[in-house]
Amino acid sequence: MAGIRFDKGTLYLEGDFTLKELDNAASEIPRIFRRNKVATVDPGGISKLDSAGAALWEEILLLAEHTEGTTVLPARPEIQAVIEQFRSRQDKQTEPPVEQGWLEQIGAAALRGWQSGRIAIQLAADIFYWAFVGVFRRGGQRKGSLSQQCVFLGLDALPIVALLSFVIGFIIALQAGVQMKAYSAGIFLADVMSFALIREFSPLFTAIILAGRSGSAITAEIATMKVSEEIDALRMMALDPVRYVVVPKFHAVSLMMPILVAFSILAAELGSLLIAVGYLELDLGVYLQRSLMVLEPSELLVTFAKSVVFAWLIVIIAAHQGFQVQGGAEGVGRATTRSVVASILAIIVADAIFSLVYL
Amino acid sequence: MNAPIISVRGLEARYGDSSILRDIDLDIRPHEVSVILGSSGCGKTTLLKNILRLEQPFAGSVKYWGEELTDMHEIRYQEVLKRFGVLFQGSALLNSLPVYDNIAIPLEQHTRLSQRVIDRLVREKLHLVRLDGAIYHLPSELSGGMKKRAALARAIVLDPEILFCDEPTSGLDPLTALALDELLLDLKSKLDMTIVVVTHELASIQRLADRIFFIDNGALIFSGTPAEAQKAGLDTIDHFFEAGRFD
Repeated sequence: MAGIRFDKGTLYLEGDFTLKELDNAASEIPRIFRRNKVATVDPGGISKLDSAGAALWEEILLLAEHTEGTTVLPARPEIQAVIEQFRSRQDKQTEPPVEQGWLEQIGAAALRGWQSGRIAIQLAADIFYWAFVGVFRRGGQRKGSLSQQCVFLGLDALPIVALLSFVIGFIIALQAGVQMKAYSAGIFLADVMSFALIREFSPLFTAIILAGRSGSAITAEIATMKVSEEIDALRMMALDPVRYVVVPKFHAVSLMMPILVAFSILAAELGSLLIAVGYLELDLGVYLQRSLMVLEPSELLVTFAKSVVFAWLIVIIAAHQGFQVQGGAEGVGRATTRSVVASILAIIVADAIFSLVYL
Repeated sequence: MNAPIISVRGLEARYGDSSILRDIDLDIRPHEVSVILGSSGCGKTTLLKNILRLEQPFAGSVKYWGEELTDMHEIRYQEVLKRFGVLFQGSALLNSLPVYDNIAIPLEQHTRLSQRVIDRLVREKLHLVRLDGAIYHLPSELSGGMKKRAALARAIVLDPEILFCDEPTSGLDPLTALALDELLLDLKSKLDMTIVVVTHELASIQRLADRIFFIDNGALIFSGTPAEAQKAGLDTIDHFFEAGRFD
């Protein structure tokens, strides 16, 4: 065990100065220096020393340097050799990078944002170009990739979209129904629900579910491909990664999103219908008639157009985050999180714009 | 002497403010195995990426048969790439596709061959790399050595003029590394390829190299044959070879 003894102005260091034995010594020595006038440090009693002991010895030297009139006696040669070995390593340490000031941090963040935005716009242009060209020329994409992506991004998402839409339709209808029943206006639930689900809730919820489910998957896939050099390998095979990897997904979501939204509307209407018939005791025929009455073809057109724009935003943001990944597995995780957050934000902003334009 | 197939002049590479490569001049001669070597972190892979335009050089020129690659139009560059084969350090097989599909991609995308001919070519190349049994395996089901061989089959499927290999034997046991090196020599003789290998494995250098380019701390300090390197009297090279000697 590391021993410390302070006697008549001399600090005696004795025993093993090793990691396992240092706990007390490490806290006791600075206290001795603070409370006493240490005239001499005598390390002659140290019998064993490791890297932790050498680090503590450096601290003792520092304390002695800052105390006037303290003399440090030499350690035994074999102990001094260990100290020297670690001291020489410490001398070579490089300084940690200087932290940026807040103004520089804001500037750097703005520059990164500008660069990232520029790359996102370039990527979006690339995706639209190849998506358009790809409709007429199938080269540069793998056979069967569109149907595969339609199944993964659309069909596989159908159960979760339908289930959540049903539950959300049920909850909204229940909350609205309670208030409407109090004013004997239950019959208007059909109008309210039909309008709200078609215009707002179904496309919005479907897009948010797709951003969480498929957007994250797209980012993770592209980011992993980037990290494992698969994107570079595609480039070296004279294949455009945007065309080969992203465009089939872009085509698939463009096709599947309106279908998912249609199913979402149906499922949410079913949830609402249960409340209307079961709780408000409305006639099924009357409810359906009123629901269909508020529907206009132009409303549906805007809804489906909006849903396709949401889908494009999801794919573009997901691909952008995937291609921008840096680092290994941690980078993939960060990119995926950023992708979902940015997609949801973009969807809500786009929805607000649609709502203002098509009031 | 043959005209160089790849000619690099004054190449400089940077990451941010730090200089990775400085003033690199080298010529890759046709039908030779050129080995770019040096210690870890010296800039070998960066040099390869700059030659292949996976990274844009900060300065300098890279010419392919006298044609500038660094600012070549994308369409022309895509044509040139079809004459290159690249074996990546981590194999870089597309993980979602079986070995067969990985190898068939370049054929399906860049040729108008019938499916039967593509099938025959894929099997031929897999036979060449001695991987016949793994044709329908996913990359995740292969060992490190098998992945490298599958990636090699993909890299040579279009019978490229030049094959670039980034650390082909890193992480492989000596026997598998030997087999892969012999495979590269076999390919060179059978398909008359020019091969560029980036490595720091001494055994591979001794087996493969017709010409070596020694990079140290971002600078090219030697180019010549392995025999010339031994006689060059450069401490860095002598230490490098000495450190890897196994008596």
